Amino acid sequence: MKLTGAEILCESLTKLGVQHIFGYPGGAILPVYDALGKSKLHHILVRHEQGATHMADGYARATGGIGVAMATSGPGATNMVTGIATAMLDSSPVVCITGQVSSKLLGSDAFQEIDITGITMPITKHNVVVSRAEDIARTVREAFIIANTGRPGPVLVDITKDAQQASCEFDWEASTPKLPQKRVRNDHNQEQFNRAIELLNTAKRPIILAGRGIMLSGAMRAFEQFVRTCNIPVAMTLLGIGCFPASDPMNLGMMGMHGEAWVNHAIQESDLLIAVGMRFDDRVTGDLRTYAKGARKIHIEIDRAEINKNVKVDAALVGDARETLEKLIPHIVNPDRAPWLAHIKELKGDSAVRDIQSLPDNGHLYAAHVINDLWKETRGEAIVVTDVGQHQMWEAQYYHHNQPRTLITSGGLGTMGFALPAAIGAKFAKPDSEVWVVVGDGGFQMTMCELATIVQEKINIKIAIINNGFLGMVRQWQEFFYDKRYVATPLVAPDFAALANAFGIRGERITSRGDVLPTIRSARESKETVLIDFRVEQEDSVYPMVPAGASLHEMIRRPNNPLVETASEP
Amino acid sequence: MQTLVAYVENKPGVLNRVSSLARRLAINIDSLTVGPTDNPQIARMTIVAHTDEKGGHRLEASLEKLVDVLLAENISERSLLERDLALIKVLADQQSRPHLMELIKVFRARVVDVAPESLIIEVSGTVDKIDGLLEVLRPFGVLEMARSGRISMTRGGDLLRPPGAPTASVEPANVT
Repeated sequence: MKLTGAEILCESLTKLGVQHIFGYPGGAILPVYDALGKSKLHHILVRHEQGATHMADGYARATGGIGVAMATSGPGATNMVTGIATAMLDSSPVVCITGQVSSKLLGSDAFQEIDITGITMPITKHNVVVSRAEDIARTVREAFIIANTGRPGPVLVDITKDAQQASCEFDWEASTPKLPQKRVRNDHNQEQFNRAIELLNTAKRPIILAGRGIMLSGAMRAFEQFVRTCNIPVAMTLLGIGCFPASDPMNLGMMGMHGEAWVNHAIQESDLLIAVGMRFDDRVTGDLRTYAKGARKIHIEIDRAEINKNVKVDAALVGDARETLEKLIPHIVNPDRAPWLAHIKELKGDSAVRDIQSLPDNGHLYAAHVINDLWKETRGEAIVVTDVGQHQMWEAQYYHHNQPRTLITSGGLGTMGFALPAAIGAKFAKPDSEVWVVVGDGGFQMTMCELATIVQEKINIKIAIINNGFLGMVRQWQEFFYDKRYVATPLVAPDFAALANAFGIRGERITSRGDVLPTIRSARESKETVLIDFRVEQEDSVYPMVPAGASLHEMIRRPNNPLVETASEP
Repeated sequence: MQTLVAYVENKPGVLNRVSSLARRLAINIDSLTVGPTDNPQIARMTIVAHTDEKGGHRLEASLEKLVDVLLAENISERSLLERDLALIKVLADQQSRPHLMELIKVFRARVVDVAPESLIIEVSGTVDKIDGLLEVLRPFGVLEMARSGRISMTRGGDLLRPPGAPTASVEPANVT
């Protein structure tokens, strides 16, 4: 059967199981759009190509499948860069398809020509230019394999316009992937494995550090069994949240810069860290010279390049998290951890009674109230998509996730503007799930144009803007480290509720604590998207905080203030 | 200094991916050579990088993550042979020529071009040897020089073959 390259692309995507494409048309990708119109693929018209990549990313994070974004050449492609980098840093399987000028024009600085494969080389797992219709099916199949094997990541396929227009014989069976034949390393190292077992069975004060790799590997059950077998408490990275239930008594909560104080102290006092699918990011370790100095380290990690990158480890188990954990479990003798667990409980100190939720109402609305109420009202079962900044940390502290893939957030790159489009992607991936956007007034203004996408696609998500009139996290740094010189952080915003109305979306504004729950309830009852503008305390800060470069145990604690500390006792 | 060998797909853009990766890791490449192997679809690279053992490991593991890199191996700690090739154009008049010829002999170099006022000397060997020759030639007046960069190979039966290559035998082939 003879098809054009554009038709082959649509056929191939369909055969690969794609249902949704987030994109924006333009000259160099028009043949594909013409073919899209005749296909069964659902194209979601975004308002900015950055949104398309975040949507594809949110789609991928919600399901573990591959998200697909599409754009034209030149500015369409360059607008994708931030979204691609976001997916790269958080190992998200996204395939981006860009149009490119005709192959005979390549290198001539033609209209809307840009070297997007050159630009995205360091921020993609792989990228490729296709200039022949014959190569499209095979290349797209290869892109899907690369994006979601091993450590996942984004792949960009740049297709010249002539390749989209040319016709050739379409033979799916014959278009088998021809990826380079790489050396297969035998990663299992018995010596390292034995050392890990020995460390696990002799440690007195061990802690497990759980990262997103557990989710990517689908290792949740094996992980839970591992925790039960070795009876070791678990600290979570931001992106690991959800891979182990927050309600589990062995789950201590989040570690790192805004982690719970007792978690950071326990890590510093531990004699063994078992890192699973995490990469010792600087936001997790603080100063490396003083990080868990008395602890041996076991690193379970699929990516060899992460071993000994930031933290020198004593036993490196390179491989898939699930397989590795399953191999370890039979060798573990269940030791008595009672003294260590009791000590950690002691470290929690009075945090629980000083919890913001237990304090008398002082008439102010705090972000923590909003998020805690949202958690209670949704029984922790919603997919929450957060942006970047203070609200992101409060969400991590106050919304207790028990299910994997229910917190979607930009961790590694810290991309403001991520939440709204990523939530749209997550909703398409999980249409029956309740999806909440928790976003600051700064980040929301970066990508709020996607409200129009919501309306055009008639989808139902709920948007909670944590509006403090500042770029809050930056303001917090200015308060702590720049003597309260608030340069460029006070932020004027439109009336978000009125803005929502202008888009045809119901908008609410909440200023008092008593209105939080009823408004959340009423929003949940609506079958349409609702935006709620929560006007919260302007100069509240996220505590505890490990200043950048400080030791993990050197946290700034909440000063003499009725609001003392967070405590996650769900 | 770390020495790595990589087998890569012999196609456009791969060199760029490799060098771009080193730049991203903030590792300075001292020398990078690339040429086809006995299989024209596969090229072999020798990368000499200004970094420590940790950086060498990171570069090796990160290189192998590139789709087009078939194999990357840090051979710094292994018994290996390394060669650099240089062409050196040096001033040579009637007076200095005999001295030059003497030096060339000592260094087991060769004269590959003779002109009335200059010679081109070809020398191969370790980096130290070439640096040594260069040192003694400098007083004569070095006009121009080109160096190939290092190529390295592990010694003896320590084989580093591209994946998928027919199993190589260390025994000499039977000749009838």
